[in-house]
Amino acid sequence: MIGKGVKCLLVAAFSLFWINSFAQEHGDANSDIHNENGEPLKKEESKKFDANEVIFGHVLDAHQFHFLTYKGSDGQEHHVGIPLPVLLYSPQKGFSAFSSSKFHHGEDVHDGYLLVTPEYKEHLLKSGYSKEQVKALRNESIIAVDSKSLPLENVSVYDFSLTRNVVQMIIAMALLIWLMLSVAKRYREQGASKAPKGIQNLMEVLITFTRDEIAKPNLGHKYNKYMPYLLTVFFFILINNIIGLIPGTANVTGNIAFTFVLGIISFIVILFSSNKHYWGHIFNPPVPGGVKPIMIPVEVLGIFTKPIALIVRLFANMIAGHIIIICLISLIFIFGNLSAGVGWGFSPISIAFTVFIYFIEILVAFLQAYIFTNLTAVFIGQAFEGSHDDVDHHEDPVIV
Amino acid sequence: MDLLFVLLSDVAWANAGGAIGAGLAAIGAGIGIGQIGRGAVESIARQPEAVNDIRANMILTAALIEGVALFAVIAGILAMFV
Repeated sequence: MIGKGVKCLLVAAFSLFWINSFAQEHGDANSDIHNENGEPLKKEESKKFDANEVIFGHVLDAHQFHFLTYKGSDGQEHHVGIPLPVLLYSPQKGFSAFSSSKFHHGEDVHDGYLLVTPEYKEHLLKSGYSKEQVKALRNESIIAVDSKSLPLENVSVYDFSLTRNVVQMIIAMALLIWLMLSVAKRYREQGASKAPKGIQNLMEVLITFTRDEIAKPNLGHKYNKYMPYLLTVFFFILINNIIGLIPGTANVTGNIAFTFVLGIISFIVILFSSNKHYWGHIFNPPVPGGVKPIMIPVEVLGIFTKPIALIVRLFANMIAGHIIIICLISLIFIFGNLSAGVGWGFSPISIAFTVFIYFIEILVAFLQAYIFTNLTAVFIGQAFEGSHDDVDHHEDPVIV
Repeated sequence: MDLLFVLLSDVAWANAGGAIGAGLAAIGAGIGIGQIGRGAVESIARQPEAVNDIRANMILTAALIEGVALFAVIAGILAMFV
């Protein structure tokens, strides 16, 4: 189906991740986690359910895929997940590369680096750091520490790790390339003469939908030039949205950095397809002279608000959906904090709501991909439309 | 004076402001999407053959309005944490 070369490349790429989904042990509840000298780092008390930590732990980026945590028969917590490579560069310490399982979920210091967790932040507060200093540290970030596990001020760390967002994007990209190459190969072999088979059916529907509903109405006869970009954006956002709905995966599209880059690329495509007419309308809008001083700043601002709206719309929709689902499930545990019976009793309601919201989120996944692509096509079309005179050029028939 | 004491008290006003803002945005989204629904249903009543076109446009416009409401939710969250 796809060439042997591409298959070999994919096998090589995925064999870089050794699937370590064995249970990892924490220290037991009172014995502590050590730094490199074997001195205890912090205590672990039995924790009540902290909704804040759960929610942000799910929607933000992390250095491992975390599937579940269970209390084993020996009373210790076991985490089941896939640790991902950590790649660091520090001007003072050089390159480092190791698996994030060396951090043991923020308990151990490895190679002078430490993963910031809420427990570490509490430890810092107790050691006399001010609230602002502790607030400046981001959860799941990696900092350089000294032998007492206190942050080193003068060592800066640049984190190039393969976090779970990056890995999910790579998986989505591989899936997209595989799907499109298999469809293209079938077309190359058979042309349009035979009926489509298998995955080609689904791809054809989506691709002709993009061409006929998004590209042609907005871009007129120049639509073929922009089809590759529109298809890429549509499918990449769609695949990342759908994979992100599976429990245990990363929240890629609900990340402002991801949508920011997509918005900037759309912005660049819009700028490169603009013509003189477009800029003429911005800096010299066809409005009465008295209104011009107001319209020109508004038009200039409008150049930037359109991509910003694209960025924030996709980001806000996806992260809001994920947070709603997690909150509804967390309600079970919040009620469970009050009493176990209330927690159990509430769970059917919560699960029913969650299933309902899941259906809406599947709709939102498709819809947001469609809206991002559609609005990009609209803005590109607006950028290169000609003057309005040559649009209305019909000759009126002579009426005799 | 009592109002001033209440306003200056030790309450997490940023969190309250963020939550109230998000709630107001939800009201706005509800009214807006309700208007879309009303227009769509009335148009379907006038011309039942156009139901598919109208449904597609209704869902698209509703998603755009939701985008605006979620801008306000993000602003509320920023008020809490920034």
